[in-house]
Amino acid sequence: MQTTSDEVLIARIAGGDRLAMQVLFARHHVRVYRFVLRLVRNEATAEDLISDVFLDVWRQAGKFEGRSAVSTWMLSIARFKALSALRRRPEQELDDDTAEQIEDHADNPEVALAKKDKAAVLRQALGKLSAEHREVVDLVYYHEKSVEEVAGIVGIPEATVKTRMFYARKKLSELLKEQGIDRGWP
Amino acid sequence: MTMTNKEAHSDIEELLPWHAAGTLSRRDTQRVEEALARDPELARRYAMVREELGETILLNETLGAPSAHAMEKLFVKIDAEPARKPAASLNLGARIAEFFASLTPRTLAWSATAAAVAILLQAGLIASIVIREKSAEGYETASAPSTNPGVGAFTIIRFAPQASSDDITKFLQANKLQIAAGPMSGGLYRVRVAATELPKAELARIVKKLQEDKVVGFIATTE
Repeated sequence: MQTTSDEVLIARIAGGDRLAMQVLFARHHVRVYRFVLRLVRNEATAEDLISDVFLDVWRQAGKFEGRSAVSTWMLSIARFKALSALRRRPEQELDDDTAEQIEDHADNPEVALAKKDKAAVLRQALGKLSAEHREVVDLVYYHEKSVEEVAGIVGIPEATVKTRMFYARKKLSELLKEQGIDRGWP
Repeated sequence: MTMTNKEAHSDIEELLPWHAAGTLSRRDTQRVEEALARDPELARRYAMVREELGETILLNETLGAPSAHAMEKLFVKIDAEPARKPAASLNLGARIAEFFASLTPRTLAWSATAAAVAILLQAGLIASIVIREKSAEGYETASAPSTNPGVGAFTIIRFAPQASSDDITKFLQANKLQIAAGPMSGGLYRVRVAATELPKAELARIVKKLQEDKVVGFIATTE
């Protein structure tokens, strides 16, 4: 079976092909949504934002030069939209997010570990990373972006991408240690 | 200047997440694999990276998906956009990519054959006219079929992907059709159904008849 490449779809979209837009949307909207959701932490906002992201794709398709993968280009647009939305967000919502980040001290580490397996604790720790660290971890592990692509999406040098990922992982280890899991690193 | 062991180790260690995700260059992949083979501590840390990778994927996969309204919302916004000009702005590379992408491998295979068929048919038609003209001792009838590709009645046809070159040849011959141009974008061919212009109703009748043939995937009248 032959699959039309994203680049070809973008060329068709530049010519006003709505069907190509539907195909591109169907192919990428879930990943773009999840990327945005991890940044804005609000499902309704994330859903609103993806239509904005794909509208930008519709508008700018003619300017796409193929210097990066289409998915990388879309994640760059998504990131910009998400950060703009976060800047506009009322303080009340920000407070709610902050509340999510507050650690639950109801259980001591041993009890917490008994309740959850290591994998679940690791996922919880991933959720507790700062937005900056969460973003780079998601881009590398889930969105399978190279050092160069992450640098392009986030707008930082490649060396910074590597050190940011390194420190995100260190922070992850610290969070695990707080939950009674010592990985012996760093 | 050479790197100290510690610096080199750190450099390799920073690459572990990308190695686990399979997004490193061949050169870096080799460097990391060599380091992993000789350093058990690094290999242990790589196992941690693989755990993180697996759980990050799982975490993201449990985030769900947007509602079905997401696409509706998008197209409401697109509908509100100003009408777009046809693809005149596409660069040559994009148009070439577009063209080849529109063809299935099988279509590509018979496109060449179809083009050859078109040339043969065209040659046959020219030859028959020449013979007829010769036999008419220099007298040319006013009704002689024109070989001018711009004159006549035309349709646009996309052949069914499963149609073989034999099927297409027989179809063209049986219906006295001539490929005037193509393949164009979307695998379409401009096909001449008559040497002279036809009334719209007559052309529509021919299109309807041709549409019933299994060789035809899509057909429409054209100027």
